[in-house]
Amino acid sequence: MVPSLFLITTVELNLIALMDAVSTAASKPSGEGKSLQTGAIATFLGVVRGENLGRRVLRLEYEAYEPLAVRAFARIGAEVAERWPAIRLGIHHRIGRLEVGQASVAIVTCSPHRVDAFAACRYSIERIKQIAPIWKHEFFEGGDVWIEGATADPHDEEAKAEAFRRACA
Amino acid sequence: MFARLCDIVGTNEIEREAPIGTTVRMLWDNLITDFPGLEVYGESLSSAVNAEYARMDVVLNDGDEVAFLPPVSGGQSAM
Repeated sequence: MVPSLFLITTVELNLIALMDAVSTAASKPSGEGKSLQTGAIATFLGVVRGENLGRRVLRLEYEAYEPLAVRAFARIGAEVAERWPAIRLGIHHRIGRLEVGQASVAIVTCSPHRVDAFAACRYSIERIKQIAPIWKHEFFEGGDVWIEGATADPHDEEAKAEAFRRACA
Repeated sequence: MFARLCDIVGTNEIEREAPIGTTVRMLWDNLITDFPGLEVYGESLSSAVNAEYARMDVVLNDGDEVAFLPPVSGGQSAM
């Protein structure tokens, strides 16, 4: 079965399955000429780091507001389509308990050309961090803390512009 | 209620009766009265109604599900 393009899951991320889903979505509805429009696939995996702000991280526990997170991913997909019309995109985010070294987020962009594939991939991770209702609870040696970054506001044009600047830097 | 907000309140779901015309912000202010620890989140909060981002001045309808969202995990990357 082809997985959804936008997904929150408690199981291990499968980058290959996501690539298949995105390249299938990039093909013509008939399935004919599957790869004709695709010249580049860029992928990103976010991984649990064993160190944060000088602390030794033991594990992370991710929590999401699932229906809104999936909608936020779809919104990012629409933003990408607006800037890079030829791009196809998929985002899978894992939640629950993750150990150091495990992947928490997978992004795949599929494009006729590499420049747009890389840019859209970078844009997507920046936007996920800005607007996806996903939180991480860090357990480190000596304690635990909820990591809190940005106030999530999908209509904040300044944040959107910053994500675009980073994507095209 | 999510993440730290859930820790402060002690549960992830609360049911409330509210008069007609109640906005998301009025509901939030009402919760602060019961859970003063929430107050520090007033400036950095996001909210959603029925799983769509919504502004705090949105007027609620019967049966609406309101979510209060603390700042999300990103936004502080070292590039």
